[in-house]
Amino acid sequence: MQDTWFVIPLFNEEQVIADVVRDVRRTFPHVVCVDDGSSDGSAAAADAAGAVVVRHPVNLGQGAALQTGFEYALSDPGMRWVVTFDADGQHQVSDVLEMLEKARAENLDVVFGSRFLDQRTKAGALKKLVLRMAVAYTNLTTKTRLTDAHNGLRVINRDVVSRLSITQNRMAHASELVAQIGALDIRYGESPVHVLYTDYSRSKGQSLWNAVNILVELILR
Amino acid sequence: MKIVLIQILLIVVVIAVVARLFRSRGARAQAIRRLGLLLFAAFAVVSILFPSVWNRIAQLVGVGRGTDMVLYALVVAFLSFTVTTYLRFRDLETRYTKLARRLALDEAAVQYPASGGDLGDVLDEPGGRD
Repeated sequence: MQDTWFVIPLFNEEQVIADVVRDVRRTFPHVVCVDDGSSDGSAAAADAAGAVVVRHPVNLGQGAALQTGFEYALSDPGMRWVVTFDADGQHQVSDVLEMLEKARAENLDVVFGSRFLDQRTKAGALKKLVLRMAVAYTNLTTKTRLTDAHNGLRVINRDVVSRLSITQNRMAHASELVAQIGALDIRYGESPVHVLYTDYSRSKGQSLWNAVNILVELILR
Repeated sequence: MKIVLIQILLIVVVIAVVARLFRSRGARAQAIRRLGLLLFAAFAVVSILFPSVWNRIAQLVGVGRGTDMVLYALVVAFLSFTVTTYLRFRDLETRYTKLARRLALDEAAVQYPASGGDLGDVLDEPGGRD
């Protein structure tokens, strides 16, 4: 548990971030929240809950926040694993434990969380359709074969983290991350996760229109 | 049948402009853009002095009127401007992100000295250290 760092991109999640950090820290002590220029008390709440808070001076986007978190985690020589985790309470720590176990048991470098390997995640039909299309596009354009490419829950080992360089600041970073991992000669797998869509996360979640924006950002790079 | 010629020509130009802007950045692309602008300005002067020059070009490629030709040329120019501006903003954003990240990590290293450690050498290369 000491060798695992949770990287949580944080943007205006004052209401929930303290609970999310406390919940993670019951099992994993090392949490870095990358505050992406929040205008509310998110950074202070995360700090009070015991997370390391790295604060972007201006809003840069979730992809940029992840890369900052990776670089912070790399500064701890004892770090062996990075877990990317959402700030809004959608992800479960129990899923992370299973993912880490799978990575160790099967000697994997990266484990992606997937909503579509079991029936626990309840998503709307349109959201499912868009996510499926996103996966199809990602599988078509990268060498990877995944069932869910836009899931924020991932377990990545140190070697791979040090070789990643996310340049897509906004939402297209998920596809970029998969593409970079696909281009490396490493072992990856998928593990079922339960993404909990609460009223809160639904109200904050990204609009399906973003699928169009992501596509444009990926094509015009 | 003559209209096909201008269609082919415009499509080729649009694709060429986009491909050009995608492939190369740097000194050569910048020089070509500046030369293009110079030519454009020179041609503007010529076409002010001799407005009929547009009509002649239009007839040469198979468009009826010179005004249509001007419109098509404008479409191409605007499109290339849009793409160049987008790419330039992307470059700018990348630099600005690196600057902001450096600031954020340096501040965190001061604020959390125990868990942070030595961030300096991580930031030297984009991929970090092994």
